[in-house]
Amino acid sequence: MYSFNYHYVRSTEEASTLFSSCESAAYLSGGMTLIPTLKQRLDYPTDVIDLRGIDALEGIDNENGFVRVGSRTCHAGVANNAPINALAELAGGIGDFQVRNCGTIGGSIANNDPAADYPAALLGLGATVHTNDRTISADDFFVDLFETSLELGEIVTAVSFPTPQRAAYMKFPNPASRYAIVGVFVAELQSGVRVAVTGAGSCAFRATAFEEALQSDFQPDAIAGIAVDHSAFNSDIHASQEFRGHLVTEMAKRAVAKIS
Amino acid sequence: MVDITITVNGAEHSLSVPDNTLLSDLLRDTLQLTGTHIGCDTSQCGSCTVELNGRAVKSCTLLAAQANDSSVTTIEGIGTPDDLHPMQAAFRENHALQCGFCTPGMIMTAISMINEASETLTADEIRAGLEGNYCRCTGYQNIVNAVLAAQTQLRSA
Repeated sequence: MYSFNYHYVRSTEEASTLFSSCESAAYLSGGMTLIPTLKQRLDYPTDVIDLRGIDALEGIDNENGFVRVGSRTCHAGVANNAPINALAELAGGIGDFQVRNCGTIGGSIANNDPAADYPAALLGLGATVHTNDRTISADDFFVDLFETSLELGEIVTAVSFPTPQRAAYMKFPNPASRYAIVGVFVAELQSGVRVAVTGAGSCAFRATAFEEALQSDFQPDAIAGIAVDHSAFNSDIHASQEFRGHLVTEMAKRAVAKIS
Repeated sequence: MVDITITVNGAEHSLSVPDNTLLSDLLRDTLQLTGTHIGCDTSQCGSCTVELNGRAVKSCTLLAAQANDSSVTTIEGIGTPDDLHPMQAAFRENHALQCGFCTPGMIMTAISMINEASETLTADEIRAGLEGNYCRCTGYQNIVNAVLAAQTQLRSA
């Protein structure tokens, strides 16, 4: 990797001030994506700002009926401690044992990999993203391939999840990387049924036709016949667009079956 | 350069290293602890696994600076040729290695996995826990057998 200046900071204020004073800075959370990216020279920031020293970004709390997960909470922390089972199970299926000890929820969603698991949970549960500047609803957060509505230098500080009545996440993992070829998160909340898909498109999205069908009949059969438009889906050596389209329905059915 | 203080296998080191130094390179090149292997250098294979503050991590995907003020345990820190750690002894007993390249990472991951688990792990759970460690020789069967055997011993100790 190219050389860069490493910085250790103790607050989000210090981090964002430093960010704006650098020629091209990158925040480092768990590093499970950033460091491989730097090694491959796919990115070459002049400065890397490590958020590890900001204690306020760690931990999981219950707050007015919401589960608030600090952005620096690692996947193993969510898997072991999140009081929403579907969220804990999702986190426990990310990467591998060692990666889950480092990678963080804030890093994952800020990166917005099209095959990442967390975006499905945020969209599926209708979560709220907190930053050092504002709050953003999950529906507005994920914009496109590796693109979010975060401004340059903005820092994710936490994610608040409403507690669902029932929820499940099913994914068809790439057997090598454990990234989702397709993953579907289904939740029934006070506000209604939400279904979110990751892995299939340029970024996670909601399957509204599934939501409407499940709202009136929460059974796998209710969505079995709904055609999924796969024309804009991803296609690679692992799965064709058509196969991903098939997997969206199949994973959704399995998620519903798990909790109905 | 970045100044770091790091405790490795119980010994404290204060060093100044280039900002982009990886923990794996610090261990191998600076501290001459070459038991930590670099197999893929892309976070896949797990040969570089060490314990950072008691938790298994891939040292090729961590900056040395991220381990500042931390405690690291490598394969050199768990046993000696004359006094093997029970996991090392179980790997030998069960023929859980052939070329041995992946073995340091396998052993560090397996020890961490058992230490973290509140209950006895099944063979399937051990397989799942070793997903981030690749072995190209053994076919894994004997590695799982070794971890099961060591677990029995570690839990009765």
